[in-house]
Amino acid sequence: MSGEKDLEQLKKEAAAKAKAAALAKKKAMAEAEGGPSSEGASGEADDLAKKKAAAVAKAKAAAAAKRKAMEQAEGGSGSDGASGDADDLAKKKAAAVAKAKAAAAVKRKAMEQAEGGPASEGDSGEADDLAKKKAAAVAKAKAAAAAKRKAMEQAEGGPASEGDSGEADDLAKKKAAAVAKAKAAAAAKRKAMEQAEGGPVSEGASGEADDLAKKKAAAVAKAKAAAAAKKKAAELGGSDAGVDAKAKAVAAAKAKAAAAAKAKAAAAGKGDSGAKTSEPKQPSPNQVYLDKYVKIITEHLGENVLEDFYINSLSKDVPTIVVSRSAYYKIAEFLKYNESLGFDYLSELHGTDFETHMEIYVHLYSYKNRQSVAMKVKLDREAPEIESLQPLWAGADWAECEAYDLLGIQFAGHPNLHRIMLGEDWVGHPLRRDYEPYDVEV
Amino acid sequence: MIRTEEMLLNVGPQHPSTHGVFRLVLKIDGEIIVEATPVIGYLHRGTEKLAENLQYTQIIPYTDRMDYISAMTNNYVICHAVETMMGIQVPERAEYLRVLAMELNRVASHLLWWGTYILDFGATSPLLYAFRERELIINLLNELSGARITFNYMRVGGVKWDAPEGWIEKVADFVPYMREQLKGYHDLVTGNEIFLNRTKGIGKYTKEDALNYSLSGPNLRCTGIKWDLRKDEPYSIYDRFDFNVVTREDGDAYSRYECRLAEIEESLKIIEQAAEQFPKDGETMAKVPKIIKVPKGEGFVRIEASRGEIGCYIASDGKKEPYRMKFRRPSFYNLQILPKLLKGENISNLIAILGAVDIVLGEVDG
Repeated sequence: MSGEKDLEQLKKEAAAKAKAAALAKKKAMAEAEGGPSSEGASGEADDLAKKKAAAVAKAKAAAAAKRKAMEQAEGGSGSDGASGDADDLAKKKAAAVAKAKAAAAVKRKAMEQAEGGPASEGDSGEADDLAKKKAAAVAKAKAAAAAKRKAMEQAEGGPASEGDSGEADDLAKKKAAAVAKAKAAAAAKRKAMEQAEGGPVSEGASGEADDLAKKKAAAVAKAKAAAAAKKKAAELGGSDAGVDAKAKAVAAAKAKAAAAAKAKAAAAGKGDSGAKTSEPKQPSPNQVYLDKYVKIITEHLGENVLEDFYINSLSKDVPTIVVSRSAYYKIAEFLKYNESLGFDYLSELHGTDFETHMEIYVHLYSYKNRQSVAMKVKLDREAPEIESLQPLWAGADWAECEAYDLLGIQFAGHPNLHRIMLGEDWVGHPLRRDYEPYDVEV
Repeated sequence: MIRTEEMLLNVGPQHPSTHGVFRLVLKIDGEIIVEATPVIGYLHRGTEKLAENLQYTQIIPYTDRMDYISAMTNNYVICHAVETMMGIQVPERAEYLRVLAMELNRVASHLLWWGTYILDFGATSPLLYAFRERELIINLLNELSGARITFNYMRVGGVKWDAPEGWIEKVADFVPYMREQLKGYHDLVTGNEIFLNRTKGIGKYTKEDALNYSLSGPNLRCTGIKWDLRKDEPYSIYDRFDFNVVTREDGDAYSRYECRLAEIEESLKIIEQAAEQFPKDGETMAKVPKIIKVPKGEGFVRIEASRGEIGCYIASDGKKEPYRMKFRRPSFYNLQILPKLLKGENISNLIAILGAVDIVLGEVDG
């Protein structure tokens, strides 16, 4: 008996530890990522203090190191070789800062730290060297760091934006050839190849820009840095080259814009553009239904039961209502039993961990009116609890068990809430974003 | 009066009639089931968790393994979800190939069900007939996709391979053959007195129950609700075909049996028309970026799979992996009604009732 208790205790402790570790990790990650996102701030820092800027670059490198230790390890060796001469200048500083950062960010794995160190040194060494003379170069280094961080995306994004790589060919043939090769290799093989070649590629691009345009480059680099937050580093590299060759730059820019527009249209999808063109002129055919639902609900249950309502153009224009936590059950009941709504069928219920909150998505259907509605409710992430819909739709039974099992959402009033998939001795809820796998035996 | 005592009887997880790893804990009083508690999760592989770290194209093979009897429809639902959110127009030829593949797969799925369901009652030969025909379909799909069960055939924006030469003709030839065999099935089983006695009036539920328990597919239509997403919320090119939504009124195991066999006929109609209308040439892939990134937001689509309504929910943060992916799996929802159906039933009806629900455990467990 006591043995069992001990085991139970052990499990609990271990679970708590794993959770704490995960939280710490996440925090560290968020902090590290906070760096790159504050592009404007770092831009000022460039003007003010070169060393600070270098430190920012390092922070980024550290963040990058944290995320993809493997990539860094491989990419690091690439950049080390290329920027070895620059290392002398800021070796001590870089080492100190990088270590401090690595220590703060990476708590557990000594391996990651050791590998992350050199990687960030290589980057920051480069950055320092450039920063001495131009603020622009710092920004560039950042871009390079960003490029590195998204080494994967770059390599893969390349073949996707074939228009881009075509222009690169025109601009710098040899380099472009190398890039194309790297891309081909990436597509054919795997990360290892990509990383090794990815380093030199991004360095080459930034080096060029530095040599040629100082003031322009500064402005462009800033704009680019902003763009980098959103777009692929690959595109950055391409437009760098565009600045270099003025004659070709115009054509390149145009082609780029066209390619970007294309990519946007393809990626952002007709859903967006379709919504933009069709919604203002002629609202979705489901708009009338949404209006009707909102009207009936607010008339009967009050104004403040709905937090939001909209037509979800990504989801076949389904009328979507976001209900307040306290009115969830009341509205669900109303949706089912109201004469003119009559949502008698629960098609789907599941939860999602959005990190800021927990959300439940319910898709209802009315066979009487042949209409769908999506109902969503936001829950407190730390203690997610909500009324069960099982008394209204028996079909919600297992779906709620699944949400409880995988996300830890408690459904009050559920007749048999249990771990339907994983078993009662499972520790943690796997679909939560902070989930850490846990095994007693290991 | 015989005095009986309640006892617990464990069925499964390894039990031939569960067609997978499904466990039932029965409380029985004599031969009467007092309470049935299904235990699932033996085949849970965490597809949704895995999907969070995979690109969209990489997730497609995982969907093959959910409902592995009807993998084409699973392939389709994820592609359809991504295409809907990205606004991709799929080329006509690809759509025809998809529909042909899905309907052939539906026929194969119903055939497998038919054979094993009759096998559960102790009749062996129907299974062999069903597999004979199913094998032809599997061969056709193999020629198309290179795989017999887990096809991984569809891609976002189209299909992986065009049909090989002469494939459409083979499909067209299969239809009259299958129709002929279907008559034989009816002669062999449908009128059989033993079979009728074992299925008529067994596992009966009402329209209201069916809706309340979120049933879908033949399990829903057997109660008289005329609802088929292919007809009522047409996706792909299903609005171009002339076919009926099969319904029955009784809501018992026999109605579900009739529904499925009649659905084979309807699927054959669709296959016939699709093979006729099949475009002479054209693309089989839309222009899709190599790295598929679904725009930020969320989307939920549902389609009619062999077992009912399969849905795919994607929450995207604009990256190349989904932030959250969720599959609405018809078998998972359909199975929920089982404890209610089994309560008070004779234990010898257990297999007839469970079999009529038509579950695939890979899909139940996700």
